Amino acid sequence: MRDLDEKAVQAKEKKAALGPDIDLDAFDVEPVPHGYIENLAALPPQDKQRMILAGVDASEQGRSGTYLQKDTAVIHAHTKDQEGLEVLPIKEALKRYDWVKDYYWKLVSVDTDKYTAQAQLALHDGYVIRAHPGAKVVYPVQACLYLEKEGLSQNVHNLIIAEEGSELHIITGCATAAHLKRGLHVGVSEFFVKKNAKLSFTMIHHWAEEMLVRPRSVGVVEEGGLFLNNYICMKPVKSLQMYPTTYLVGKGAVARFYSLLVGSPGAHMDVGGRIFLKKPETRAEIVARTISNGGDIVARGDLIGEVPGIKAHLECRGLILNGGSIHAIPELNGKAEGVEMSHEAAVGKIAQDEILYLMSRGLSEDEATAAIVRGFLNVDIPGLPSQLKAEIDRAVEQSDKDIM
Amino acid sequence: MLHIEDLQVTLGDKQVLKHIDLDIGVGETHVLFGPNGSGKTSLLMTIMGYPQYRVTGGRIVFKGQDITHMPVNERATLGIGMSYQRPPTINGVKTRQVIEICSAGKVNAEELAATVNFSDFLDRDINAGFSGGEIKRSELLQLLAQDPDLMLFDEPESGVDLENIALIGNTISMLLQRDFRRNAEKTQKKRLEERTKMGLIITHTGFILDYVTADKGQMLYNGVLTCSSNPREIFRCISEVGYEECTRCAI
Repeated sequence: MRDLDEKAVQAKEKKAALGPDIDLDAFDVEPVPHGYIENLAALPPQDKQRMILAGVDASEQGRSGTYLQKDTAVIHAHTKDQEGLEVLPIKEALKRYDWVKDYYWKLVSVDTDKYTAQAQLALHDGYVIRAHPGAKVVYPVQACLYLEKEGLSQNVHNLIIAEEGSELHIITGCATAAHLKRGLHVGVSEFFVKKNAKLSFTMIHHWAEEMLVRPRSVGVVEEGGLFLNNYICMKPVKSLQMYPTTYLVGKGAVARFYSLLVGSPGAHMDVGGRIFLKKPETRAEIVARTISNGGDIVARGDLIGEVPGIKAHLECRGLILNGGSIHAIPELNGKAEGVEMSHEAAVGKIAQDEILYLMSRGLSEDEATAAIVRGFLNVDIPGLPSQLKAEIDRAVEQSDKDIM
Repeated sequence: MLHIEDLQVTLGDKQVLKHIDLDIGVGETHVLFGPNGSGKTSLLMTIMGYPQYRVTGGRIVFKGQDITHMPVNERATLGIGMSYQRPPTINGVKTRQVIEICSAGKVNAEELAATVNFSDFLDRDINAGFSGGEIKRSELLQLLAQDPDLMLFDEPESGVDLENIALIGNTISMLLQRDFRRNAEKTQKKRLEERTKMGLIITHTGFILDYVTADKGQMLYNGVLTCSSNPREIFRCISEVGYEECTRCAI
């Protein structure tokens, strides 16, 4: 741990490769006490409501476990009667289990930039979610990182481990209290998908207008493993920059990244996905749908095919609806003969003939536009449980009014 | 009824329809013939109200209302529907959803889809990767759901294989209340008298005439309606002497 601290100190001033620089000193890191809540029903109704917007349901219906962190404090962490599933705070896990250090900072480098450094030097907490070998966790685990205190930098570190042959679905919602305007969220996440395991990770962000967000995540997928990574951010945010990376290190490993972004006026979003295909028969897909509603969006995607017999596809579509900009940067990097890689990128407006087609079936122009926008954001995600599909649909529906 | 009077239309800077007069009475179906680029689709799109087809003169009256400058969706609500030749793909919008839009939620999409053998397509994005025949069945399914009083068919038989042509033809016949039913509640004569649906069908091949009876044929040549006669007669005429004959009447 001392080594990590030393490396982190070295990187304290290191600017990130991408995204506007943030003055970390402008945010508090002092712990904010909040009491542990045994029964989620006891949550204040206004908090429950905000969490639901990010896909976290306090009634826990159709969920197999819950992790709740408010500001810097873990206020709830438990699993329902689910065998082979662990959900616990990372600080506790680091104390309790030796194995945790085999994962902690093993994929993300602590000295990546000032944000990773901060997540080490001023760690508040974060979750460890682990499915034991062969465990089939059918219902999703939900995790919520909630920000209430104005001007706080919430620094978290998450470990997600799907052991050999297991199946794990996670929905994680980041949300802010209704009154909160300004804050910073720094989140380090490390994903381990072991042999023949299946992990789906759906993240719904529901931020505030002055929020700055800097997630740093890296995943690794072993032989025959599947990693589905969905990211939805349709609400205002001042600056969001992330470039999650995944390494497919075993034969036949698969990763699929899907993201839906809406850039509101004043927002700057720089979001991408990078997948390294390092073994034969690995597959990768990156699909992004972005709508600029006056904000500026940079949509990146990078696929690196290192060996023959891999297949990878990148699809980035953007609609500029009410001003703003979309900068699509799709990259393919084939490093061996016999790779199969493709991309399609398009930035434009809604096609007039699509609007007229629906109008000729009886919809008004506004209704037709709304249906097309909704369709644009309606991406089929194979392998995603229906509850999570429903949460994504709800987030899309929520944003409809803002977009139109 | 549909009444078109001295209609002049430009697309871009090209005049595509020149002084068109056309009346389709209640219960009537007309067939529209003409070579490629003669303005057939332009006429249908103008009746439907596509704004890029700019009306520079004349008027269109439907059910007693001047619809010349009415928005597309209001024409749909008034009872005009179209079966497109090349409808756009709309990603993420399911066929089922479009059926619901067409019928304003009043029909059962499953049951209706079964009638045109299209059940497997309900949860697919509308028109995405549909073959020629699938597009036609999808378009007819939408018209079945919408149930408009005036139906515009843009080459309903193009790209349809022999197996499906009967299904397409018979469905159009039914939509236009021109099908024949054994032992129906009402006599065929009564059904004919009560027929209200109007149709305007573009055809190149004339195949559709084997399935759908029509009252009149219209020949459109270079933006001009050159003749109006028995549809079979016009079709025979084109087959025998070609469109060249039309140039003699298009002046």
